[in-house]
Amino acid sequence: MNWITNVVRPRIQRVFKKKDTPDNLWRKCPACNEMIFHRDLEAALNVCPHCDHHMRLGTAARLASLFDDGQYQTVTVAGVPLDPLKFRDQKKYPDRLKEARSKTGRDEAITVAHGPLDGVETIISIQDFAFMGGSLGMAAGEAIIKSAEIAIEKKAPFILFTAAGGARMQEGILSLMQMPRTTVAVEMLREAGIPYIVVLTDPTTGGVLASYAMLGDIQISEPGALIGFSGRRVIEQTIREKLPDDFQKAEFQLDHGMIDMIVHRHKLKDTLARTIRILMHKPKLGTPSTLPARTASR
Amino acid sequence: MHTYLDFEKPIAELEGKVQELRLLAHEDPSVSITDEVAKLEQKAAQLLQDTYSSLTPWQKLQVARHPRRPHFVDYVERLVEDFTPLAGDRLFGEDAAIMGGLGRFRGRSVVVIGHEKGSDTQSRMKHNFGLARPEGYRKAIRLMDLAERFGIPVVTLVDTQGAYPGSDSEERGVAEAIARSTDRCLSLKVPLVSVIIGEGGSGGAVALACGNRILMLEHSVYSVISPEGAASILWRDSAKAKDAATAMKITAQNLHQLGVIDRVLPEPIGGAHRERHQMIKEAGDGIEEELRGLEKLDGATLKRLRREKFLAMGRVGVV
Ligand SMILES: [Zn+2]
Repeated sequence: MNWITNVVRPRIQRVFKKKDTPDNLWRKCPACNEMIFHRDLEAALNVCPHCDHHMRLGTAARLASLFDDGQYQTVTVAGVPLDPLKFRDQKKYPDRLKEARSKTGRDEAITVAHGPLDGVETIISIQDFAFMGGSLGMAAGEAIIKSAEIAIEKKAPFILFTAAGGARMQEGILSLMQMPRTTVAVEMLREAGIPYIVVLTDPTTGGVLASYAMLGDIQISEPGALIGFSGRRVIEQTIREKLPDDFQKAEFQLDHGMIDMIVHRHKLKDTLARTIRILMHKPKLGTPSTLPARTASR
Repeated sequence: MHTYLDFEKPIAELEGKVQELRLLAHEDPSVSITDEVAKLEQKAAQLLQDTYSSLTPWQKLQVARHPRRPHFVDYVERLVEDFTPLAGDRLFGEDAAIMGGLGRFRGRSVVVIGHEKGSDTQSRMKHNFGLARPEGYRKAIRLMDLAERFGIPVVTLVDTQGAYPGSDSEERGVAEAIARSTDRCLSLKVPLVSVIIGEGGSGGAVALACGNRILMLEHSVYSVISPEGAASILWRDSAKAKDAATAMKITAQNLHQLGVIDRVLPEPIGGAHRERHQMIKEAGDGIEEELRGLEKLDGATLKRLRREKFLAMGRVGVV
């Protein structure tokens, strides 16, 4: 895929679609209630220009914002059994999947891509909350394993953007088994000496947080992201107390030593590029190496 | 005093009648009850067998949660000699929801780790009903490190509804603790045998359950979320927990079929809680057999096979 297909076309389609409905041209910031023109919001990567509130960002826009010139290739992930449990709650699981696919235009919750980030070939995978709450099922598990495999093969760093309500309950125990399966993927990266960077986005909770999302070499979070294991309501019922508003927010996790840093979305690419270059013993882009020769030649 | 589960009421009635007759005969020796008692006892035994050979997933969940079901301490007491409990995570505290220690199991050194729910009000409080905080998982990691350092096989006994959903648990990073514990299980270079002895609840169970071999007691359950939780989230109606228990495929038989566990350990008729010693002995036999197979393998092979087993899950044998 090229830049045109990944970036331009969806944007053109979006613009055309929205022309019919003038209401959609303006979006209200849920934090400060200011109205924001859709193009301004898009240009700001869904960060409110008035209050810096970080709204959720779709997979295509995220990938385009990180790779150099928005250029990347997506990777096909091996198929998984569809609905192995023949699961049905209020709806049949395959129907829920179909809905998610038509709503997001994606096959599954995690998209795997690779391309240059500040000149360094990098694997970036995005877990999209819009696809069934980003839930971790067999397909998402395979996507993470695949990401690790190509990262090792290409000796390229792996950056994973997490977002999920938790496990894909409709896959029962097979979704739970993605916790150890993805952990194996992280161990493989570690043993191969490949940097694994996690960027926690809003929200990252449940079994996802209790596996690959907390096992990064570097743990970054976007401002204000909800990051926690148990649901707020469950905790409140357990301790019979009301929790403060900032409970389980990125800032709370930073205070409690669970993440390395909170990075503004507009500074994310710079931070990632800098971190990767240091971890990979690569010189600063565009400057001669200041590292001692023996380190730089590694 | 026996605790009867809801679906055991017809059995309770028959067994109650037998008791009454016995009491009657005791008070008035001239009454002959032998035939009647034998008949009733046979009927009760038959009913027990019929009931337990066709338990629904929801009923199995009740059996898995039965207050008299053998717990970690019961297995350790009867199977592990010289048990030497070890406490603390060396970081913050001691969490009795997960117990562990050194011991001898049928001639070999072992490290045993598992959830303990407690069996009366006082011990349930002490063990927090088997709901572990981060310290429990970090202690488990420490004990696995220890086991590996001294080449000692590890046995984990899993029995929890999940990790403790409290604010202190969150503050001290329960998600990270679970992730690291899972990670440690998967990188171990000594044999690891995991047995789901009661409830395998979500990530709090996974953290101790990533063995080379994973065994489940016949009426144990293992699931991504409790049926009650699934009902309230997916059906938006907590009364649908029975449907959720069936739909989620949580039984040992389901999991064996899905290739998630390796072996189902049969329970005595009427469940583990009726013949506790027999159950513990049979679980011991199963664990010993598995350890014998694994003890022949070197560390790197144990680690590789364990990983391959997890990577194959869902890829093979599931349609
Ligand atoms: Zn705003």
